[in-house]
Amino acid sequence: MGYQAQLRIWRGDAGRGDLADYKVEVNEGEVVLDVLHRLQATQAGDLAIRWNCKAGKCGSCSMEINGRPRLACMTRMSTFGENETLTITPMRTFPVIRDLVTDVSFNYAKAREIPSFTPDPATKPGEFRMQQVDVNRSQEFRKCIECFLCQNTCHVIRDHTENEGAFAGPRFLMRIAELEMHPADTADRREIAQDDFGLGLCNITKCCTEVCPEHIKITDNALIPMKERVAGRKYDPLVWLGSKIGRRQVKDTPKVPGKK
Amino acid sequence: MTQATDTSSRTRAQIADRTLRKDPWWRAPAITATLLTIWVLYATVHVFLGRWYWVPKYHYLTPFYSPCISGSCATGSASLGTWFGKVPSIIPYALVSLPFVLGFRLTCYYYRRAYYRAFWRAPAACAVREPHKTYTGETRFPLIMQNLHRYFFFAVILISVLNTYDLTQAFRGPNGDFGLGLGTLIMLINVMLLWAYTLSCHSCRHITGGRLRHFSAHPVRYWIWTQVSKLNGRHMQLAWITLGTLMLTDLYIMLVASGAISDLRFYN
Amino acid sequence: MTDIERHSYDVVVIGAGGSGLRAAIEARLRGKKTAIISKSLFGKAHTVMAEGGAAAAMGNANSRDNSQVHFRDTMRGGKFLNNWRMAELHANEAPDRVWELEAWGAVFDRTKDGKISQRNFGGHEYPRLAHVGDRTGLEMIRTLQQKVVALQQEDAVSHGDPEAMIKVFAETTITRLVKDGDRIAGAFGYVRDSGSFILFEAPAVVLATGGIGKTYKVTSNSWEYTGDGHALALLAGAKLLNMEFVQLHPTGMVWPPSVKGLLVTESVRGDGGVLRNSEGKRFMFNYVPDVFRAQYAETEEEADGWYADPENNRRPPELLPRDEVARSINSEVKAGRGSEHDGVFLDIASRLPAEEILRRLPSMCVQFKELADVDITKEPMEVGPTCHYVMGGVEVDPDTAAAAVPGLFAAGEVSGGMHGSNRLGGNSLSDLLVFGRRAGIGAADYLDGLTARPAIAQADLEAAAAEASAPLERPGGENPYTVHAELQDIMTNLVGLIRVETEMKQALAELEKLRERVLTVGAAGGRGYNPGWHLALDLRNMLIVAECVALAALERQESRGGHARDDFPQMSPEWRKVNLICTLDGDRVHLSRQPMKPMRPDLLARFDRDELKKYLTPDELPAPVTPEEKH
Ligand SMILES: Cc1cc2nc3c(=O)[nH]c(=O)nc-3n(C[C@H](O)[C@H](O)[C@H](O)COP(=O)(O)OP(=O)(O)OC[C@H]3O[C@@H](n4cnc5c(N)ncnc54)[C@H](O)[C@@H]3O)c2cc1C
Ligand code: SF4
Ligand code: SF4
Ligand code: FES
Ligand code: FES
Repeated sequence: MGYQAQLRIWRGDAGRGDLADYKVEVNEGEVVLDVLHRLQATQAGDLAIRWNCKAGKCGSCSMEINGRPRLACMTRMSTFGENETLTITPMRTFPVIRDLVTDVSFNYAKAREIPSFTPDPATKPGEFRMQQVDVNRSQEFRKCIECFLCQNTCHVIRDHTENEGAFAGPRFLMRIAELEMHPADTADRREIAQDDFGLGLCNITKCCTEVCPEHIKITDNALIPMKERVAGRKYDPLVWLGSKIGRRQVKDTPKVPGKK
Repeated sequence: MTQATDTSSRTRAQIADRTLRKDPWWRAPAITATLLTIWVLYATVHVFLGRWYWVPKYHYLTPFYSPCISGSCATGSASLGTWFGKVPSIIPYALVSLPFVLGFRLTCYYYRRAYYRAFWRAPAACAVREPHKTYTGETRFPLIMQNLHRYFFFAVILISVLNTYDLTQAFRGPNGDFGLGLGTLIMLINVMLLWAYTLSCHSCRHITGGRLRHFSAHPVRYWIWTQVSKLNGRHMQLAWITLGTLMLTDLYIMLVASGAISDLRFYN
Repeated sequence: MTDIERHSYDVVVIGAGGSGLRAAIEARLRGKKTAIISKSLFGKAHTVMAEGGAAAAMGNANSRDNSQVHFRDTMRGGKFLNNWRMAELHANEAPDRVWELEAWGAVFDRTKDGKISQRNFGGHEYPRLAHVGDRTGLEMIRTLQQKVVALQQEDAVSHGDPEAMIKVFAETTITRLVKDGDRIAGAFGYVRDSGSFILFEAPAVVLATGGIGKTYKVTSNSWEYTGDGHALALLAGAKLLNMEFVQLHPTGMVWPPSVKGLLVTESVRGDGGVLRNSEGKRFMFNYVPDVFRAQYAETEEEADGWYADPENNRRPPELLPRDEVARSINSEVKAGRGSEHDGVFLDIASRLPAEEILRRLPSMCVQFKELADVDITKEPMEVGPTCHYVMGGVEVDPDTAAAAVPGLFAAGEVSGGMHGSNRLGGNSLSDLLVFGRRAGIGAADYLDGLTARPAIAQADLEAAAAEASAPLERPGGENPYTVHAELQDIMTNLVGLIRVETEMKQALAELEKLRERVLTVGAAGGRGYNPGWHLALDLRNMLIVAECVALAALERQESRGGHARDDFPQMSPEWRKVNLICTLDGDRVHLSRQPMKPMRPDLLARFDRDELKKYLTPDELPAPVTPEEKH
């Protein structure tokens, strides 16, 4: 039943570090996080891992296992061969704090720039009436557990740090989509989606969808529909003409000022 | 941001490898690149060939030549009439439709993903470092033109109508009455799948209902959107299948037109 | 002396779960400069794991529901040991709090007429839980998180700095509350990633640190639940109430071992799932206690009829309050009718079509598929009791959430009283909102009545810093992971679901031995993000809490709710009048009895006299009323 697994784990801080080799016992039914915990309790008490729920619900334990961005608590050891060496590294896109823990504050900063839910001020709490069919789309996006694996994998920032300022990443472009599809929201974030949050940088190559542990169809259901909405707002000759002759006025909601 | 300490000096973990993935991640882009290349080469050759596109006896017209508007078109093949005189086949005979069909596929959200990954390698596969120094995505010319996809969609709807008309013609036998051959069936399947591909388009999904905030206020459009969404879930498959059926239809008609094989007739 | 980063705030909220965020939002809305401190990242607090829903008598699913019924259900669930004023406030205010969430962007599941949908849960008479599939906690925490962000955005416009009025200090752990005389003056802790020390000077501190589950081995709780708030309150001189009441949720996963304890939401039963033993029998029919006999079905037909027609059928016994179900499962397993891995079977597959299961319980489907290779749309799940929630906690004033120490407030799971001896499912999420808000108001009002800000003595800081640094100075000390595992074993084996005097005495003796060892644990490695060090510091808290639980459990000689004694299996009306209070005397836990305040007559009048007889002593009962007077 049990066997000794070979692990290579990135250990270090402030960017400097290296892969260290370990041998750890594995029992039936275990996930990578169990094995890391055993390592922590028996051989490396100070091994830094971030985790909370151990049930795929909180999105804390994001890391890269054999080069693939995953949740450690939802990756079964049985998906690997017993003789296979597992290489475990921190998420590459975010600055490393120590070992497998990264500094994900980039994401919180982006979250704060997106204009919040803006209901009609005349609707008082308790008076909202929304049909299930109208909330289904937003609900799909609200399944997001903010593991930031999509943010980590998206090549726009993973491979090009210079885009970090201009690009909010799939998770937050999806947040914009969620609000744009919310039946009780009244703001219009289409223009800023393109101009301030970098929707145009996304080339719909779908890596965000591929890694999302919640299986949210980020690209198909959020990003592409947003691109279509933006096309309607910014690249539609009729809308453009209409706004020129003052017939159709579009009220764009501006992005929220940040610090500095 | 939410951290109390100064975090600005932190850097990413320095890992030199381009990727630590151990699975054959390079396989999918390689297959995509190969298949797309074969298809484009084949289509280019036939489009500029200027022959073997029309089977007068059974009224088979390959989609690559529809509508045939050149003065050089064979009699009977020009459903919309000829728009100019005889020109060499360096000017494709279906001059009015090909750019739109091509543009539609080029700006298709699925094909974009496919060729960005397979040819431009941005990225070749997830969590595999891409080779470019800089990256501007679809924010600048020419790629910003991808935003015009929906106009290609409108055009291709018209072209699909035309393909359907071509199909109805293929149901006519040599004497003009009803007739049915293998070619007809191939064209039928092709046209049906072309419609499925076209209607499964993301722009179509947006236009028919996706743009609405309140589905409940538009039950009919919601229903259409649900159906389109179902098709849309198969968009990638349809994109590949229709490449296949297009090529097959064209090849079959070419072979019949050139006399290499004769059509298998079921009726008349 | 090590450097200590200093911050000054009006209100410091320790905990970024539902209650903490709600308290912080309220304090900020009332113009107070507020800090939110959390051991984990922003948006990942334990509340995120809540699945089933938030109980609020909005009456959307059944218009007969109202706050009076909710109050009654809560008191029954808690076996009348609840602080009735809290139960009353909770029932009254829960609907407004849920609606408020909706106005802040929460997207609940809907009814046909577009209102918030409500689902059935154990102990609730009507469908009452506002929910989003089986991820309600996520929706709640995300909404509150986004509300905090919305407030920060307002401040960015008005103050030029989003963090001017409300700021989140994520991955920061508080290890001590500091006082000025008898008043709260601030909170001291360390930043997890750098290991550096940090001090928050603040006249008002709200504890919202959640529960104590990590003192047990089989638990649905995460590492955060080390009883920090309970211990901090005791160390600061506050009182803990009725710590013997620890809820074991009846349905935790039992296989494979790595997920043992992981929660299987009660919604499975609320949506039609049934419990069977190894003989395929729905055994819960044999375990309906007398106090609940009248409300629960006696036959399978009647039970099954209830889902569609609750007017004419009584509830299935699977939906009894959690303590009852947990004990019944335990009895079945003990009687040899358990499953292969000492659980019982929870079957939804034969009760609902697969698509419906997927739609209503998506994360359960994933959880079982990915972690246990079980397809719950086709096969039953194996389940057994798991430590889930602590009803006991910091004693607070119901209206203001103020603890015994001036300036200290507590809300959420860390506070005590609201749920009596057993919490009903769904009552926690609404509790967080109702009392989180009240704690925010309480803190703001307290500040308004304050003339001078308290000061902090340097000596206190140095002591706190020395205490926190100690494990790092013993790199060769005992392994904290080992000590933790032993503590969990003691509590699970000796102060678990069914308790007896001899075992609890043994537990106390073993905890005593552990106390020495906790003082010798060491952490190798540096200060930066060192989990060994963090655990070493948490051990102090877990030990204090474990002692409280064991002492109180030994003292209470009856069985009630989350406290079941083999040697005293009956519920006693005399004991109902007693609250057990834990305080700290030096470093010793001290236990005392405190009489329960009698319930207000108008609240008593909401119950049938016959029902009250089961819980109250004869002299507490209201005078019998003649039928004419009753209406
Ligand atoms: C699996 C599961 C499912 C549940 N389902 C439901 C349900 O359906 N309905 C329901 O009503 N209830 C449910 N509950 C119970 C409910 O979720 C919890 O009781 C509730 O979330 C507790 O919230 P809280 O605000 O008190 O604390 P939490 O959300 O637990 O937050 C505690 C916070 O305190 C912080 N903290 C702790 N110690 C310190 C310290 N020393 N320094 C700084 N910060 C600290 C933590 O980091 C965290 O941010 C469930 C519980 C579990 C485990
Ligand atoms: S689809 Fe767009 S957002 Fe998603 S990973 Fe690819 S480029 Fe990034
Ligand atoms: S969208 Fe998916 S991958 Fe991205 S943060 Fe949310 S849960 Fe994670
Ligand atoms: S620990 Fe919560 S998602 Fe893995
Ligand atoms: S055709 Fe592919 S998205 Fe429009």
